[in-house]
Amino acid sequence: MAFLGLFKWDVDKHTVLASGQVVPDSARCVQCGICSYNCPIGIDVRAHAWSGEPVRHSQCLTCGECVARCPRGVLRFEATDLFAKAKS
Amino acid sequence: MNRVIIGSGVAGIAAIEAIRSIDSTSNITLIGDDPYGFYSRPGLAYFLTGELHDKALFPRTAEDLSKLNFRNIKGKVIKVSRAEHVLELKNESRISYDRLLIAVGARAMPLEVPGANLEGVLKLDHMSDAKLILKQARRGKTALVAGGGITALELTEGLLSRGMKVHYLLRRDRYWSNVLDEQESRIVEHRLREEGVTLHRHAEIIEVTGKNGKVAGVRLLSGQTLKCDLVAYAIGIRPRLALAKQAGLAIDRGILVNEYLQTNDPDIYAAGDVAQAYDPMSGRSILDSLWAPARQQGQVAGLNMAGRKTAYVKAAPFNVTRLAGLTTTIIGTVGRGRDDDLVGIARGDSETWRQLPDSMVAQTGFEVNRLRLLVGEKTLLGAIVMGDQKLSFPLEKMISGNVDISPIREQLLAPNAKVSDVIAEFWANRN
Repeated sequence: MAFLGLFKWDVDKHTVLASGQVVPDSARCVQCGICSYNCPIGIDVRAHAWSGEPVRHSQCLTCGECVARCPRGVLRFEATDLFAKAKS
Repeated sequence: MNRVIIGSGVAGIAAIEAIRSIDSTSNITLIGDDPYGFYSRPGLAYFLTGELHDKALFPRTAEDLSKLNFRNIKGKVIKVSRAEHVLELKNESRISYDRLLIAVGARAMPLEVPGANLEGVLKLDHMSDAKLILKQARRGKTALVAGGGITALELTEGLLSRGMKVHYLLRRDRYWSNVLDEQESRIVEHRLREEGVTLHRHAEIIEVTGKNGKVAGVRLLSGQTLKCDLVAYAIGIRPRLALAKQAGLAIDRGILVNEYLQTNDPDIYAAGDVAQAYDPMSGRSILDSLWAPARQQGQVAGLNMAGRKTAYVKAAPFNVTRLAGLTTTIIGTVGRGRDDDLVGIARGDSETWRQLPDSMVAQTGFEVNRLRLLVGEKTLLGAIVMGDQKLSFPLEKMISGNVDISPIREQLLAPNAKVSDVIAEFWANRN
């Protein structure tokens, strides 16, 4: 089904939560800071949203707080290849 | 080389970063009159609702800013002497410049009715306004919100979340009529009512009445009177043009700049909400009041000021916002006409949204998930996505990338087409 490739997150949310990374779309971001404010381990997610760099922080729990709370849909999970290979 | 930037908003900060990416040592001076400096002004909405602490709105620490190595002056520039290349500040100090960037933004249009100066008549422009609103918002008391666009709804939602009873006044018959279509307006209005907001249509304030210097109520054009403890308004914004006028720069509704963001004085640039930037694609000069274009314009102006000639290429205007709790993405061209609830352009608005060329509308959706597309001859011209946001990412790419939609155009325009499925499948097959 065409949807599968596009919306992997919905298809297998748990897999992505465990093996994904948070990726920002800078054009949507207004630097309000809700993401950083809600990060349980204090990662400055907002700085990533400014630079456009994925959150490749070794301590990121991929808990999804920042993704869920962003009022403008700036953040999304993307599976990382590294883990995908390790799994297969 | 002395580079001076007036305005501490996102355009100014982006310009400093851009200059520093080329030149790490020359003098840069930032002069700003907002006592809070650089913070997320769109984020004030979430400070009002209580989703954020005010301290969280500052994207840069003092240490971050000091790494950019610039002189930071709190003050107000009152005069630009172009011949001498000198700025005069309100405190009478003088600062010389070789290249100047004016990025002073826009201000809220004032409510111009008798009683508008009473205590409890509030706008949302700066951090100081948001703090004043929170100081005056009282649980169980009544607030009245007037105006159209995003900011008026943000005021409504903020005051609701502070436990106030909120009345929302629309001057005409529906919400944000120059961008939303009728069904979209109704969806927003329905959700507001569900939240407990009392809506008044055809309601125009002609007087704010007071008692002991404080707001007590309003009188409407219809003759009706409403009691309230607070009046908050958002009737549009207008670029802050006083300095440009004094300096004799070319202005229209904003400071006119070419595609290099240069004014008619080659040593003076303008960026952000104050700038009306020439768009070679449309041949028009356009006002945006959006964060992303302000940042992009600041960057481009900074590069040009540092000697790297760079054209500003306007991206498809794009904004994501929450309307009555419903995430809404507005991309490209979606609406037309004017909105009587707004005297100026709405904050978070782009004029491009309303330059409607020949197009056809395809829409789909039900109650809270709604998708409307503006279908051009070969490309999608605009889209508005309310509720489920899965499609907003591919739509943004399709619209900004002028993706040829010929293979699916007929399917999109067919009666009762499942537009979202057609788009999703098209996008998935392309990638």
